[in-house]
Amino acid sequence: MTELLYGIAVAPFKDMAGSPAFFAEVLIGGVFAGLMYSLVALGFVLIFKASGVFNFAQGAMVLFAALTLVGLIERGVPVALALVLTTAVMVALAWVIERVVLRPLVNQEHIILFMATIGLTFFLEGFGEMVWGANVKKLDIGIPDRSFIVAGIQINQLELSAAVTSAVLVAVLAVFFQRTRIGRALRAVADDHEAALSIGIPLKTIWMIVWSVAGIVAIVAGIMWGAKSGVQFSLSLIALKSLPVLILGGFTSVPGAIVGGLIIGVGEKMGEVYWGPLVGGAIENWFAYVLALAFLLFRPQGLFGEKIIERV
Amino acid sequence: MTGPDARPLLEVAGVSVRFGALVALNQVSLEICDGEILAIIGPNGAGKTTLLNAISGFYHPYEGRIVFDGKDRTHLKPPDVAALGIARTFQNVALFKGMSVLDNLMTGRLLKMKGSFVLEALYWGPARIIDFLEIQAIRKTAAGRLPYGLQKRVELGRALAAEPELLLLDEPMAGMNVEEKEDMCRFILDVNGEFGTTIALIEHDMGVVMDISDRVAVLDYGRKIADGAPEQVRKDPAVRDAYLGVSHD
Repeated sequence: MTELLYGIAVAPFKDMAGSPAFFAEVLIGGVFAGLMYSLVALGFVLIFKASGVFNFAQGAMVLFAALTLVGLIERGVPVALALVLTTAVMVALAWVIERVVLRPLVNQEHIILFMATIGLTFFLEGFGEMVWGANVKKLDIGIPDRSFIVAGIQINQLELSAAVTSAVLVAVLAVFFQRTRIGRALRAVADDHEAALSIGIPLKTIWMIVWSVAGIVAIVAGIMWGAKSGVQFSLSLIALKSLPVLILGGFTSVPGAIVGGLIIGVGEKMGEVYWGPLVGGAIENWFAYVLALAFLLFRPQGLFGEKIIERV
Repeated sequence: MTGPDARPLLEVAGVSVRFGALVALNQVSLEICDGEILAIIGPNGAGKTTLLNAISGFYHPYEGRIVFDGKDRTHLKPPDVAALGIARTFQNVALFKGMSVLDNLMTGRLLKMKGSFVLEALYWGPARIIDFLEIQAIRKTAAGRLPYGLQKRVELGRALAAEPELLLLDEPMAGMNVEEKEDMCRFILDVNGEFGTTIALIEHDMGVVMDISDRVAVLDYGRKIADGAPEQVRKDPAVRDAYLGVSHD
């Protein structure tokens, strides 16, 4: 018994103190992993904020963006041009989704829109496979997957660029949401469709914008995940890993998606390395879900989500 | 016309709105004159809200025309109508519930804004509306947390923030107690008097209607059955039959 308690409460911290450089590496690894989750979660948050739709297809959008980018690069298109074209494809996709999926279903129950996004997931996966093929592809955007050492800590170049890109993207989105007219219009639409219409906000344009932005976020996420583990159909499943992030951070909060991602990324890495041996490992696989479950029980709106206000 | 100024700001000409087989508005013609307060009354289901929705672009008539400021705008959508300078409130209060009162007003201002928010807040300042509606104490409160009467007041404020030429109010006093009704009446009269805003409102409380409106239009079963000065409408036998003769309290 005392041995177990020692193993839980003392030994891991002794390990951390004993080898600070290794601790820092684990921490940094967790932060990087967390930012990758955040990137996917961010796409969810954007769409959920503006339209109340839980977009199940966000993961498929990440896959589709990555497939398109890789496909273009494989066909000899220069990387920069391929990026521009992929962005254009994602914006066009947003336009099509607004016309074909959202517009006919306007004013329907949320669950119906949710089901529609499940359909969209299958479509995107199938369409992506049809156009670009089903093989695992290597995405090379010119950043080497090499490490360098700073103050005795090993840092991966690719992960570092991913982190910097995410941070910049988040900062830009935060400013966009808080400081611009479109950002305010997005928040207004998220809050009440009718009221937004009546003060002159065109819903359709807003939806188109928000799905485009979610598409662009999907490109960034697709590049980062694709460069790390290859572009393959399991990319579509990383969406599932970002669900706990959303529950933690709150479905409507951009900072929440980031902080939630970081907590889960760092938490699961720390748990795996320092507490994993106690239970025979594999903490990384369930840590996020257990944490999300605890949040659902005690703080369902998440860390930063808007408290659900309802008058009866 | 008995309005203070006979120029029609908005003209509804022979407008019909249908929902399937149901004819909600049947060839209704109506003018709203510049600077007046027009009350639209009628029994439940008479088509009052439908008329307001048609004017603000939420419904589109299948026949007839709606002309605002001399321009046909029958088929415009709500955001375009708002851009023309027509603001409205809703029967069931449509506020941005998660935003503070101040943010609601600022968002109502969205169409008028050009530069950044910070600049906008400096030179426009929602302070005038906040003072006017006497809601200083609740400016930081989330709109969804307010009692119903205050929500209606904030909704009016949001509509005012757009500096509309025409303000459409759908039952601005529904569910209010006597004191709140008196406040709301005062605000409506002041908006009309101080800002010169033309107002069309739907109201059930006949005392209120007779007190504040320059003109009253009566709808029944989707048709307009009377239109004139309050005293005149009050005496109209058709109106008595359709509406005043029946108790709604």
